[in-house]
Amino acid sequence: MTNAKNIKLEIKDLVIGYGDRIVLQDLNFHVRSGEIFCIMGGSGCGKSTLLKHIIGLFRPQSGDILISGQSIVNATAEERRLIMRHFGVTYQGGALFGSMTVAENIALPLREYTDKSRQEIEEIVNEKLELVDLAGFGNFMPSELSGGMCKRAGLARALALNPDLLFFDEPSAGLDPITSAGLDRLILSLREQFNTTIVVVTHELDSVFAIADRVIMLDKASKTIVADGSPADLRAHSENAWVREFLSRDGLKRNAGEQ
Amino acid sequence: MAAENNNRISSFFRTAGVQIAEPVVFIGKVVSQFPSLFRKRGFRRKEMLYYLDLCGAKSIPVVTLICFLMGAVLGIQAALQMRKVGTEIFVVDLVGFSVLKEFGPLMVAMISTGRAASAFAAEIGTMKVNEEISALETMGIDPAAYLVYPKLLAMLISLPLLAVFGDAAGIAGGMLVGSSLNIPFQAYWARTIAVLDQMTFLLGVAKTLVFATLITLAGCYCGFRASSDAQGVGRGATSAVVLSIFLVVVADAVITLLYSFIGY
Repeated sequence: MTNAKNIKLEIKDLVIGYGDRIVLQDLNFHVRSGEIFCIMGGSGCGKSTLLKHIIGLFRPQSGDILISGQSIVNATAEERRLIMRHFGVTYQGGALFGSMTVAENIALPLREYTDKSRQEIEEIVNEKLELVDLAGFGNFMPSELSGGMCKRAGLARALALNPDLLFFDEPSAGLDPITSAGLDRLILSLREQFNTTIVVVTHELDSVFAIADRVIMLDKASKTIVADGSPADLRAHSENAWVREFLSRDGLKRNAGEQ
Repeated sequence: MAAENNNRISSFFRTAGVQIAEPVVFIGKVVSQFPSLFRKRGFRRKEMLYYLDLCGAKSIPVVTLICFLMGAVLGIQAALQMRKVGTEIFVVDLVGFSVLKEFGPLMVAMISTGRAASAFAAEIGTMKVNEEISALETMGIDPAAYLVYPKLLAMLISLPLLAVFGDAAGIAGGMLVGSSLNIPFQAYWARTIAVLDQMTFLLGVAKTLVFATLITLAGCYCGFRASSDAQGVGRGATSAVVLSIFLVVVADAVITLLYSFIGY
């Protein structure tokens, strides 16, 4: 295993589900350091459920999830909390704490886990706000921000502790194409500036082609991964017709029509 | 048929098991986080002050009014009976003891189930819908410790204080009725001081510490187990109120029994 050090996230024989119902099985994949990796699939195939397992919110039925070589599945509660501090998560709606201002939201992990002074924290908060293009919005309450701004503020909070691994849950959901493209640029620049490993759950094709180095496609019927590779490569050469259709413009139109 | 019955029985026990296990697990989680209060920044003063205001200061008017009326109603009912045998002065004893031992603490607890338990459940339920609970978890912050302890501490401080207000208002209510029974304020007050002792007052106030704990845990528990949708939050708030009223009344019965062993 010469490249073991380069692997940021590794999923081994993972089976996930609720009670007796299996949602996804036979999951095996890894994400390399500095890679932008997309998890794709149709609605209801279990993309978000898979993400919730990877970030340690749910326990899988079997298999293992290694983050920087440490198993989040077999960790004790205390170890799991330690692992969690090393990655950031941006939730669909931003998941900002409604009782705090945007700046307090971003400051929370810093106050919790660092010995930084009030002034140092304020500087970091302003720096992160600038990074996500929200300079000057620190004193706003989350309810005063638009959906896109909430997501960016959530991203700023996820970046507070400078994690080297970032998870995004449906970053473009509910955003207009221009805002969504802006978020894509932000994701790319994060990787460029900090070499952050980024895992994105999405079904937005435009986004995937713009940012992803590699994608996996999940299928609802077979409950497992049906394709793994670069998006352009899969669109042109995948042996699976459904994958080609999903990734091509025709597939997109047909999908949009179904919704 | 037999197999079907067996299935039904086993599913009944499984459901019953979950019903019992869930709250026990929740309480275990909360208790296990107790040491975190003493860690650096484990004690969240700002949040606690917010709940102190919500559950304490903002409840004073309604607690005072309700306990005043309760004392007056008790006084009237007692007077109607006592008058028959010409022992109106015992109205003072009855109002005084009932308010200090039962109605003061109990009314405060009832108002808190409506104000605090439902608010706690709705707040935590909404946080669940917005994925704020997940966000706390993935930040490595334990939601049970982060969300329950500031509320619990605020309730443990505010409920006994509210009970003092409630006790005073209840006796004032009795006094008002007394004056209409030709018991002047001075006589009423003198009798009140003569029959009531410190211990009765303190034991009554001490009850609210138990009520505060039960109401907070019931409210937070119903919030955490609420399903993640708008209806779920509403149902969570409702069941928080129902559960805490039930727990408070049961606890009151048990405590009254225990107090009777030590002669109060």
